[in-house]
Amino acid sequence: MSGTFVGMPAFPVAARQAVGNETLRGNLRHATHTIRDKRARAVAELDDWAALREAGKQIKDHTLRHLDRYLVQVEEAVTAAGGTVHWAADADEANEIVARLVEETGESEVVKVKSMATQEIALNEALEARGIHAYETDLAELIVQLGKDRPSHILVPAIHRNRGEIRDIFRSEMSEWGRPAPEGLTDTPAELAEAARLHLREKFLRAKVGISGANFVVAETGTLVVVESEGNGRMCLTLPETLISVVGIEKIVPRWQDLEVFLQTLPRSSTAERMNPYTSMWTGTTGEDGPRTFHLVLLDNGRTDTLADEVGRQALRCIRCSACLNVCPVYERAGGHAYGSVYPGPIGAILSPQLRGTKSEIDASLPYASSLCGACYEVCPVAIDIPEVLVHLRERVVQGGPAVRGGNRVVLKPAKGHAAERAAMRAAQWAFTHPGALRTGQRLASRTRRLHPRTLPGPGRAWSGTRDLPAVPAEPFRDWWQRTRGGKDGAK
Amino acid sequence: MRVALFLTCVNDTLYPETGRAVVRLLTRLGVEVDFPMAQTCCGQAHYNTGYRHEAEPLARHFADVFTDYDAIVTPSGSCGAMVRELYPRMGERARAEGRGDTLAAVLAPVVPKTYELTEFLVDVLGVTDVGAYYPHTVTYHPTCHGLRSLGLGDRPRRLLEAVKGLELVELPGAEECCGFGGTFAVKNSDVSAAMGADKVRNAESTGADVLCAADNSCLMHIGGTMTRLRTGMRPVHIAEILASTGEAAV
Ligand code: SF4
Repeated sequence: MSGTFVGMPAFPVAARQAVGNETLRGNLRHATHTIRDKRARAVAELDDWAALREAGKQIKDHTLRHLDRYLVQVEEAVTAAGGTVHWAADADEANEIVARLVEETGESEVVKVKSMATQEIALNEALEARGIHAYETDLAELIVQLGKDRPSHILVPAIHRNRGEIRDIFRSEMSEWGRPAPEGLTDTPAELAEAARLHLREKFLRAKVGISGANFVVAETGTLVVVESEGNGRMCLTLPETLISVVGIEKIVPRWQDLEVFLQTLPRSSTAERMNPYTSMWTGTTGEDGPRTFHLVLLDNGRTDTLADEVGRQALRCIRCSACLNVCPVYERAGGHAYGSVYPGPIGAILSPQLRGTKSEIDASLPYASSLCGACYEVCPVAIDIPEVLVHLRERVVQGGPAVRGGNRVVLKPAKGHAAERAAMRAAQWAFTHPGALRTGQRLASRTRRLHPRTLPGPGRAWSGTRDLPAVPAEPFRDWWQRTRGGKDGAK
Repeated sequence: MRVALFLTCVNDTLYPETGRAVVRLLTRLGVEVDFPMAQTCCGQAHYNTGYRHEAEPLARHFADVFTDYDAIVTPSGSCGAMVRELYPRMGERARAEGRGDTLAAVLAPVVPKTYELTEFLVDVLGVTDVGAYYPHTVTYHPTCHGLRSLGLGDRPRRLLEAVKGLELVELPGAEECCGFGGTFAVKNSDVSAAMGADKVRNAESTGADVLCAADNSCLMHIGGTMTRLRTGMRPVHIAEILASTGEAAV
């Protein structure tokens, strides 16, 4: 997936840093709790939320089931509207297509409106290698880019930064990229926004090529849809002469009317707004108005492999609202960077190991980055049963098994490092199917209870480092039951 | 009605007092409860850690032991959720993998008969006042699987509110996970411990003497954190509160 995240350590290691960083935890806690409470209120306003959620789920499932048909329909409709459709099987192909398209315009600068797909494939880095500078224009993305940082949230990529840090980044970095930050810039939101506006305006007016993502692609009309809050996206989509949109193939909805559902559920779930401030829609090219040339790059990059997985495919329903991040207690403590991808939080924990496979250390650890509390499933506007997929992927990590990778059926080997756990699980299974053995073990534990240490060796140290162990009782329940037949002889 | 107690392996081994409390409580309410000695573990830890195939024999064993009872009562929201929510899924998966209907057929009978304790009291026995006396200030933590998988709703609160002498105080952030999560507590111990510490601080802010929940696994994690943070609060299983009467109250 993204080059920026290659070589990430496993989730527990990456999370440890964030857990120890009080400021970061405070920032995250404040941000996620505020938005989650607002979301709950915005959702409660609708009395048909459950029906909308079910409709969203059904529309997406239907589309995914017939994706082959709808993809062809998209290609036909976009072509008929004057656009050109390109197909990219993976990140390298997509980057090559986009770089070539930009080079053909003779330009060496592009403006971008928030597109997770392009971050997933590390497009900016690929363009840079070809001498093309890509400028992020979404405010939060701009902060991340200027800070030479990585996004840590789907909707608020700079959620981990506070205002003081943003001011410092603007002051020291803006001049390198274009218009410098105004003299004496303070950290008030109005001044920061104005600094960004001036800096970006210059880029918008100069750039001849825009690159975007899309929230939805309507198959019947070939229309792309971007929803946003700032209006910067609209500038990117209308001012340049050439527009290149890079979109994951799962973003398709069949009909125009389907938007009715998502344009209600998405803003309420993400920003807790009844409606997002800007919804931009474009269909191919339109004479003298807007970009003269339009390219749509349809990106697979692991999506059809994911689609082949009966349990895991529901992750492709995701509309990237980030509601699951904002309620996730693990995300709140570990921060977005620990997930090692542009998709953090619960959705990242199930999406990345499917798009990228479970080979790397980080991908093998992501399915375990959850206590399975179920809060993510409860809020998801398209009802993705994230805990179910997590457990399914855990099985893939520890047992291996059949999967589709790169379009081919393969049998995956278990990830390294689970042999001891597997042996323990099998031993426990044996004891649990032989009640006599279990009982012997319990009695032994009870008899030796005074000898038990209160801290544990090996992996158990992870427990006893922060929590005391319960004392082993003198008599397991089943012995009491046998001795008293449930207290009938008076012994309670 | 033949009622069986499914105590769970954790309670049997580490928290026998919870089992004795369930027996005392149900007996007082006129239910004769049996404890089938062959019972062991529902397989939840195996299943949730990714060892679905290792969990299957445990599920079969559970069904063998409990099929003949009219109701199976367990003082654990997560083990209750394992049977009710995940056993059907195990059956479906076996079918989807071409292993036939046998597993589904074996597991099906026990699924609808399995009740978490507070559900059994409120829905089956139809009581909310169980005649308990417990003179303490108590705050209630609704555990995730009880809350979201089983949908226990306000049943535990209604039961607690009817207990004489008990003052129930609201737990801030009650619906947030305590950070136990089975093997999660060990695999991601830093995050787990941070979640546990926040839960304990929230509990402490209520001024209650007792934090109560319907699952000893979560209480083991919360309680272990409490003693480490020296809060002086006690973790207590709801069964023990509901079972206690004037004489037994501590
Ligand atoms: S998984 Fe659901 S809740 Fe999370 S971002 Fe996607 S749509 Fe939103």
